[in-house]
Amino acid sequence: MAQDREDQLAALRRKANLLRQRDLVMIQRAGMGHIGGDFSALDILVTLYFAVLRVDPQHPDAPDRDRFILSKGHCAGALYNTIAEVGFFPTSELETFMKPLSRLNGHPDRTKVPGVEASTGPLGHGLPIGVGAALAARLDGAAWRTYVLTGDGELQEGSNWEAAMAAAHYALDNLTVIIDRNRLQQGAPTEDTIRLEPLADKWRAFGWAVREVDGHDYAALLEMLQSESWEPGRPRCLIAYTHKGQGVSFMCDNVDWHHRVPTPEEAERALQELREAVHG
Amino acid sequence: MSQLYDCRDAFAQALEEAARNDPRIVVVINDSLGSSKLKGFKAAFPQRLVNVGIAEQNMVGVAAGLANGGKIPFVSGASPFLTARALEQIKVDLAYSRANVKLCGMSSGLAYGELGPTHHSIEDLAWTRAIANLTVIVPADPLETTQAVHEAARLSGPFFLRISRMPVPQVHPADYRFRLGKASWLRQGSDVAIIATGVMVARALEAAVLLTNDGIEAAVINMATIRPLDREAVIEAARRSGAIVTVEEHTVYGGLGGAVAEVVVTTYPVPMRILGVPGVFAPTGSPEYLLEHFGLTPAGIRAAALELLRARAEQ
Repeated sequence: MAQDREDQLAALRRKANLLRQRDLVMIQRAGMGHIGGDFSALDILVTLYFAVLRVDPQHPDAPDRDRFILSKGHCAGALYNTIAEVGFFPTSELETFMKPLSRLNGHPDRTKVPGVEASTGPLGHGLPIGVGAALAARLDGAAWRTYVLTGDGELQEGSNWEAAMAAAHYALDNLTVIIDRNRLQQGAPTEDTIRLEPLADKWRAFGWAVREVDGHDYAALLEMLQSESWEPGRPRCLIAYTHKGQGVSFMCDNVDWHHRVPTPEEAERALQELREAVHG
Repeated sequence: MSQLYDCRDAFAQALEEAARNDPRIVVVINDSLGSSKLKGFKAAFPQRLVNVGIAEQNMVGVAAGLANGGKIPFVSGASPFLTARALEQIKVDLAYSRANVKLCGMSSGLAYGELGPTHHSIEDLAWTRAIANLTVIVPADPLETTQAVHEAARLSGPFFLRISRMPVPQVHPADYRFRLGKASWLRQGSDVAIIATGVMVARALEAAVLLTNDGIEAAVINMATIRPLDREAVIEAARRSGAIVTVEEHTVYGGLGGAVAEVVVTTYPVPMRILGVPGVFAPTGSPEYLLEHFGLTPAGIRAAALELLRARAEQ
């Protein structure tokens, strides 16, 4: 059993490493993208899609599938790489990222890309949609769950707090919001822009069950996402402490890498680091 | 004077009927139960009414999520707040996403006259009409309201129904069939065509009666679907009468008049007059007072038609 868990964690680590490499190449090729936020979110995405979510790429519209909504739509690159690897569309299509007429926009389009549950991009849209999805499951007495991944800076959008109130009011314990708490927004730290802390207290005050986790620790993420020890009757908020640019030393926690595109030399250095990490 | 109706009653009744036939139908409101006349719906389907409180952005997002989960949400709130406050959610979560959500903008136009410009909704057609994938309907009477609700429930995709609380008579015969994207010709006439929408349709019909005393035969066309617009009907009106007056309880920028003019100038140019609120915030006053103030009355429509025909004759 313990060995199974170790194997699972090692597999997630390898998968996330592979997807970081692919994402880097994809963004390098496109000449555009949001690599910093992609890399802070990727371990969460990989954990969800390869160990938690009940989704079937052969039946992307199955009514009883779990819903995952990427509210930080600018990190479409991380989502595309993940769901392509799951099998929702061929990984070869990643080469078209942001190319003319590609369905892989800079922000995800649910009408075009199988596996994308919500068209996002403007911030603060994902959580209200997640509340609606969780309400739909509740109305049907269905077991499927809804997960929403938000950025931290985007919590400055008031719509999130409208949704937070509604989720608690309707006791949506089938809804989990995961906050990619990388502490940096586009140009500066969140706390220097508009302060979010004390963030956990805010969610608790809104009536949510709150847990905090290292967003790059697969074992901890899995434990939280698979745990049944959450307070019943409360929506779940998992604050995942992450690093923007996680996995590449010179990008990590560096606000410049919000949407900078690596030069060929930087890309090679980054790929080298990632390759060494998986073999080391 | 014929009997007058509040179209919200027909709306609420139709919605309950549709909900009885289709368990997927749910309602989402922003503390707008009474103003949407949905107390009956709540009594009949308490579980299927979601009140998100005074939170329009969340209301529209929640509706998109309910649609993702297989429901058919009817979102009902005062039109000025529903459309303006949640416009990005309408654009992105509904229209761009092709979500199967039906927006019902209540008390639209000048219906909240005395409450002032914050509560007037005279831009909602311009805003919604500009958005791709979004079907925009303005029913003119209770019968059309009922049928529009059933059509919205039956057809997939995002809709905006603009519903007034201003009393209107029944303008259609009992055997009328609302057809999405099709204008209804309520009166034939070859001298001038009056194209109206919503609460202005009945007034346009009265104007046409007044015009007969001037020796003018006016066609009256109810343009209930603002998008997709019935282009053929507009071209036909231009061809038959050679002069068009549009009438709407909305700003003259970007509403029915703009939509008709876009077709007229690019297909069959004829002189036009666009009646509505002339690009200002309306003053305070009862809805009837404000319609009078802006000439949105049978007499005002008649005067505009006569002026248009006179100007054309002098060209």
